[in-house]
Amino acid sequence: MGSEATHCRYAEDVNPAFPVEIMAKPGGEALRSCIQCGTCSGACPMSVHMDLTPRRVIALTRAGLERDVLESATPWLCASCYECQVRCPRDIKVTDVMYALKRRAIEKGLYPKRFPIPVLAQAFYRMIASHGRNSESRLVIELMLRTNPLGILRMAPLGLKLLRTGRMVVGQDRVKHPEQLKAMLDAMEES
Amino acid sequence: MSAYAYFPGCSLSGLGKPYDESLRAVFAHLGLTLQEIPDWNCCGATSYMSVSEEKAVALATRNLALAEQMKLEVLAPCSACYLVLTKAQHVLKEYPPIAAKVHQGLEAAGLSYRGTASVRHPLDVLMNQVGPQAIAARITAPLTGYRVAPYYGCQMIRPYGSFDDPLRPQLLDTLMTVLGAQVVDYPVKARCCGGSLMGTMEEIGLRLNYLLLREAKARNANVLTTVCPLCQYNLEAYQGQMTKRFGESAHLPVVYFTQLMGLAFGLQPKALGLHRNFVTAAPLPVMA
Repeated sequence: MGSEATHCRYAEDVNPAFPVEIMAKPGGEALRSCIQCGTCSGACPMSVHMDLTPRRVIALTRAGLERDVLESATPWLCASCYECQVRCPRDIKVTDVMYALKRRAIEKGLYPKRFPIPVLAQAFYRMIASHGRNSESRLVIELMLRTNPLGILRMAPLGLKLLRTGRMVVGQDRVKHPEQLKAMLDAMEES
Repeated sequence: MSAYAYFPGCSLSGLGKPYDESLRAVFAHLGLTLQEIPDWNCCGATSYMSVSEEKAVALATRNLALAEQMKLEVLAPCSACYLVLTKAQHVLKEYPPIAAKVHQGLEAAGLSYRGTASVRHPLDVLMNQVGPQAIAARITAPLTGYRVAPYYGCQMIRPYGSFDDPLRPQLLDTLMTVLGAQVVDYPVKARCCGGSLMGTMEEIGLRLNYLLLREAKARNANVLTTVCPLCQYNLEAYQGQMTKRFGESAHLPVVYFTQLMGLAFGLQPKALGLHRNFVTAAPLPVMA
C-alpha cells in the first residue's frame, strides 16, 4: 500500500467553486458528462510519467479537490497533442481543460515548485509580451538559469552544432513595432 | 499562379531553417509565390495559452488580421503555428466574450479582423491544391531506395483534422509514394514527440522520441520525414544521447517532407538546407 491509499480527503479539502469555475471556462463545458472510461489516460503518451492520469484529474476536478489537481504535474506534462480530446467518447475537450488548469495553477501559485515547465511558460509569456517573437536559444538559456544552471554546460555541444549549421538565432528576434503589440495586450487588461 | 501570405513563425529562422529553405525552393519550383506577412508576431505556441487564454488568441488574431489585409490565404508550415492560428478562428467563433476582448485589443493596435482569413498547412496546399499529378509531373529524380517512415506528429492534424484524419492520417504517405519512395507502415505516425518537453523534462523527451525512432528502424525505414520544426529537432538532435541512454542505436536521418520533394524535383541539396541537417546518411545525397 502506498501512502496514497492512506491519504484520506475530507470535506474541508473540497472547494465546491472549483469544478463550477473550470466548467465555465472554454472547453470545460462537457466535464459533467465524463463517464470515467479512461480513454484519455489510455491515449495519452505522457500518462505513464504522470502522478495523476488525465481520467483522475477529471474525477478530482469534479469532486472539487482543487489542491490535488493544481499541485499535480499532470496538466504541465500535457504536451497538447489532443489525442485524448479527439478520442473522448463524451466530447470533452480534455486538452483545453488542462490549459484551464495550468492557468488556474499559475493564478493561485499552486503549481509544483522547482518544476521547469511552468517556469518555461512564464518566461515565454514575458519574452513575447516584450519582443513579439521567440528566440529559442535565449529562452533555453533563461530556463536553464532559473532551473538548472549547470545544465548550460551540458547543452553547449548542441548549441555549437546549431550555431555551426546556421540553425541558431543569436540575438533577440523581435517585431518591428513592439509598441503596437503592447498597446493590444495592455488594452485587454481593461475590462 | 497562386500566392500565399507566408507565416514562417519563430522556429523557421532558427532550428527550422532547412524547412524554410526547402519550402521556399519547392514552392518557387511549382510556381507558387510566398509573401511574408509584414511584421508578423509569434503565434503564442503552446506556452502562451498556459498563461493567458485571451491574450494568446489576440496574438494569433493579430497575424490573421495582417493576412486579411493581404487578401491571401495564410501558409503556416510549423504545426504549432498552424494549430494556434486555426484554433484562434474557432475560439473567436465559439466564444463571443473572448472575441469581444480580442477585438478590443486589436482596435487599440489600430487593427481589425473580419474573420475571413483561411489558414493552410503546406502539406494541405501541396496535396489538395497543387495535387499529386502536378507534383508527379515535376519529378526528375524519383526517390528510389528511400524507405520512408512518414511522421505526422500531432498538432497539424489534431484536434480539428481539417485536411487529414486526426488519428490515421494518409496524405504524407501518399505524397512519399508519388515521389517514388517506399513508405513503411508506421503505426506511431501520429503519436506526439512531446514538443517542448525535450527542453524541460529531458528524460521524458528522450524516451518519447527514442520510441518513435526505434519503431521506424524496426520497420526497416532508412529515413524519417516530418512536417514540423520541433518534431524534426527533437528526433534529430538528440540521437546521440538516446543511443547512450537506451543502449541501442537511434541513428536515422530525419528530414522535412519539403526537402524530400526538392530532391525528387532534382533541386540542389544545398538549396534545400540539407547541409544544415545533423544526420545525413544514405539514402540522402552525400554533402560536400
